[in-house]
Amino acid sequence: MCLAVPMKIVEINGDEGFVESSGLKRKANFSLIKSPKIGEYVLLHAGFAIEKVKESEAKKTLKILRSI
Amino acid sequence: MRYVDEFRNRRLIDKVAQEIRGAADPDLVYNIMEVCGTHTMSIFRFGLRDILPKGIKLISGPGCPVCVTPNEFIDKAIAIANAKGVIVATFGDMLKVPGSRSSLEKEKAKGRDIRIVYSSLDALDLARKYTTKRIVFLGIGFETTAPTVAQSILIAKKERLSNYFVLCGHKTMPEVMEVLVHDKLIKVDAFLLPGHVSAIIGLHPYEFLSVKYKKRCVISGFEPIDILQSILMIIRQRKPKVEIQYDRIIEKSGNPLARRSISKVFEKCPSTWRGIGSVRNSGLKIRRSYKEFDAEVKFKPKIEEPKDNIRCFCGYILKGLKTPYDCPSFARACTPEDPVGACMVSSEGTCAAYYKYGKDTTHSR
Repeated sequence: MCLAVPMKIVEINGDEGFVESSGLKRKANFSLIKSPKIGEYVLLHAGFAIEKVKESEAKKTLKILRSI
Repeated sequence: MRYVDEFRNRRLIDKVAQEIRGAADPDLVYNIMEVCGTHTMSIFRFGLRDILPKGIKLISGPGCPVCVTPNEFIDKAIAIANAKGVIVATFGDMLKVPGSRSSLEKEKAKGRDIRIVYSSLDALDLARKYTTKRIVFLGIGFETTAPTVAQSILIAKKERLSNYFVLCGHKTMPEVMEVLVHDKLIKVDAFLLPGHVSAIIGLHPYEFLSVKYKKRCVISGFEPIDILQSILMIIRQRKPKVEIQYDRIIEKSGNPLARRSISKVFEKCPSTWRGIGSVRNSGLKIRRSYKEFDAEVKFKPKIEEPKDNIRCFCGYILKGLKTPYDCPSFARACTPEDPVGACMVSSEGTCAAYYKYGKDTTHSR
């Protein structure tokens, strides 16, 4: 139920817009996150973007794990 | 980067698993509860139990909202579905959950108008489309889902939709975790904390677990590498604390916008959890200022005394006291097609995970 998927913002019209992942495009509501921008990744849960995905932190995690 | 494949890299999985084997004390048993149903599913789906050392025991917890929703809620939803001119809109997982005497699926087969939606926003669309009908959305889920339902109520208020209602069964995690750590029968040394609940509430609401109860805690993502790294972090903690593994998502302070939305529409209340009972402050109810959207107020559903199925071990399984293999109904009387209990219904239920991915569904463990 708490499943949420990282998807890329491709369109914004006010609070709403579209996100995309692997060719799948979905309607999304952005009212729960601050200043969404096209090209950013968000976590989509039940039609709402609930948080942004931070690329720098993801890269850092992978780098640490590769180095062990 | 797409934030999925990179965290399923086989070579990296092997590397972290090897690191865990090196770091774990072979003389110790680590009892780690994964609180969230999405973690349970991921652990089974990627076969993570098989690559962990024997001393690391993963115990499934109560973090599947469909599973912990008590019969009383289903009974009320059914009573409302039977009222005149009502369309019940719900997440699909709720349909098959057995209530005391029936399920929403059985009621739908009898002709009640019950529809599966993906989001509360779809339920709002139904309210806009069918203006002569009363749309009742079943609001279940933890802190992850609660803000999305709060937003739907705020939108309905703004648009003056007078035919949209929510039957509110939302629950919150930290309070029930305190009940679990108090239960002397439950042996848990550490928690894999739910990543997406934490995206909303942040790190601080869990601090009592390490400070007061000396439990090691890590907020974990859901990909195999996330879960393995979190286990490694738990093993390496010298003294109990709450750490964040899932830092590509989680802010220490969570998502304040989402929390504001929750507290604007909902207030804390006691809530009944299947198998656990009533837990103080572990539920959310709609505030009086939004009572025109509260299905409980609007329909005052009358139900008979709820009853539980004695052949079902869901209650013990949700507390991590038994596994599905201990249940006499598992894979016999209780299957995903014809479930006896909620844990077999939900796609994130522990019994569903054991049934789908477990090596043994015949009890000869």
